[in-house]
Order: sequence, then C-alpha cells, then structure tokens
Amino acid sequence: MLTYAPVDADQGVIQKIFYVHVPMAIVALGGFIAGGVMAIMYLRTRDRRWDIRSYVTIHLSIVLAVGVLITGSIWARASWGHWWVWDEPMLVVFLIVFLLYATYQPLRFSIEDPEKQARYASVFAITAGAFVPLCFGAVRMAEQVTHPQAATMTTSGPGSVTVTFLVALSAMTLLFITLCKYEMASKNVTATVRRLRRRLAGDDDDDQLSATGRSAAPQL
Amino acid sequence: MLVTALSSSEQYVAGAYLVFLALVLVYLAIMAVKLSRLEREVVELADLAERGDAVREDRVKEPVA
Repeated sequence: MLTYAPVDADQGVIQKIFYVHVPMAIVALGGFIAGGVMAIMYLRTRDRRWDIRSYVTIHLSIVLAVGVLITGSIWARASWGHWWVWDEPMLVVFLIVFLLYATYQPLRFSIEDPEKQARYASVFAITAGAFVPLCFGAVRMAEQVTHPQAATMTTSGPGSVTVTFLVALSAMTLLFITLCKYEMASKNVTATVRRLRRRLAGDDDDDQLSATGRSAAPQL
Repeated sequence: MLVTALSSSEQYVAGAYLVFLALVLVYLAIMAVKLSRLEREVVELADLAERGDAVREDRVKEPVA
C-alpha cells in the first residue's frame, strides 16, 4: 500500500507517516465521541454493559492517542526540525484532549462505589466527548497554515493518495472495533468467572467491591 | 544494517510505523497475559465444580439409616 501511494512532491517520503498518523487520530477522536454516546446510553438505560462499552472505547482511544502524539512528533521532527511545536494549534489541542482523557482512569479509580463510579464516569465521558468536536472545529475554523489538512491532502493529490488513505482509515477502524470486542469479551468473561467463583464458594454476597477490590474498570 | 541502508527520511517513516506496531503488540501482550490468568481461573472453577459434584453424589449413595 505504501509503495502504491506516490511520493509527495513537497515533503517527499516523510509524507507516508500521514497514512498511519491521520487514521489513528481520526479513529481515536471518533472513539472519544463514541465513548460519550455510549455513556449517554448508560445514563438512559442504567445497563452496565453500556458503561463497559464506554470504558473500553475510551481506554483504547487513549492508547491510540499515545500513538498519535508519538507519530506526530516524529513527523514534526522530520518535517519541521522540532519534536514539538507549541504554536501549532492542532498539536496543542490534541495534547489537551489527551491530557483531559488521561484523567478518566484516575477519576474512575478514585470512586469506590461501582454505581457512583459508572455515573460520574459517564458524565465525564459525555462532557469530554462534546469537547472534542468543539475544540477541533474551532481549530479548523481558525486561520492556520502549517498543519497539513487530511481533506486537502487526499482530494488535491492523485487518486492513489485518496485510495491509500481510505484503506488505511478502514483498516484502523476495523482494528479498533476488533480490539474493543476482544477487550469487552475479556471483561464479560472475567465478571462471569468471578460470579461463578462466588457461587461455588457458597458466597452469595453481592458486594462487588469486597469480592473484586477497587478497580478503575467497570464491574458487571 | 537495515538502518544504515535507509535514508534519514525513511528512518523517520519506519520509526513511526514501528511505534504503531509496538503499541498494538504491547496491547496484545497485556491481553494475552489477562487471558492466560482467566484460563487458570476457569480450570480452578472446573475443579471446584467437579469436587462439588463428587460430594453430592457421595451423599446420594449413602444408605439412609
């Protein structure tokens, strides 16, 4: 795929970082917004599975966001000669969003009661999820010339750039969904095993906290 | 050897893709550790359930005085 896409006339081979950096950023930001939507579903239905979905989606988006920051830094170093440029709004906004979501896990961990933990984390996920499109919309509307735009890079260039980008974006989305399903299955099986263990041990106590200990991850 | 064969720009590109690969691999490794722990727990539970069944069968076989 990388050899199929042409070498950029302006940036040369460095532009190929675009095919991993931008899809990762789009999927990570989409994951943050999806996490907020799932949190709304939790607050509406009080079904703990929505809380788990929201948690897993945000957790994986944070992992991807780490990748976005590192690959972005590598691109900045190769392109602009600096690992980080503080006067570039897109970079700083992404860092702010990442730091905001970095508080999600400590917030969950700081609340012992699983019901309260799910409720407060949902409110956080909704607020932060709404913050993401607002921030990036504001940056897009503002005058800025240095940061490459995904839309202009894919539509102004040859068709092979668009095709490569769309394939990379689809692959990243599929990887994200697969890993989400994998982690959610793992969480559900762990919860079922714990319930079974309590039943087999003759302990019908429903106090999840005493059975599993404090955790940032939601308990079923 | 490979690193010296790549130009400076290509090294940056390779570095970016390796970061992505490393992230996915670390995530999968953590999940694999969790999965193996879960597998051990399931084996323990199966043992516990079998022992429980054996005790129940013994109780049924005992003659009523």
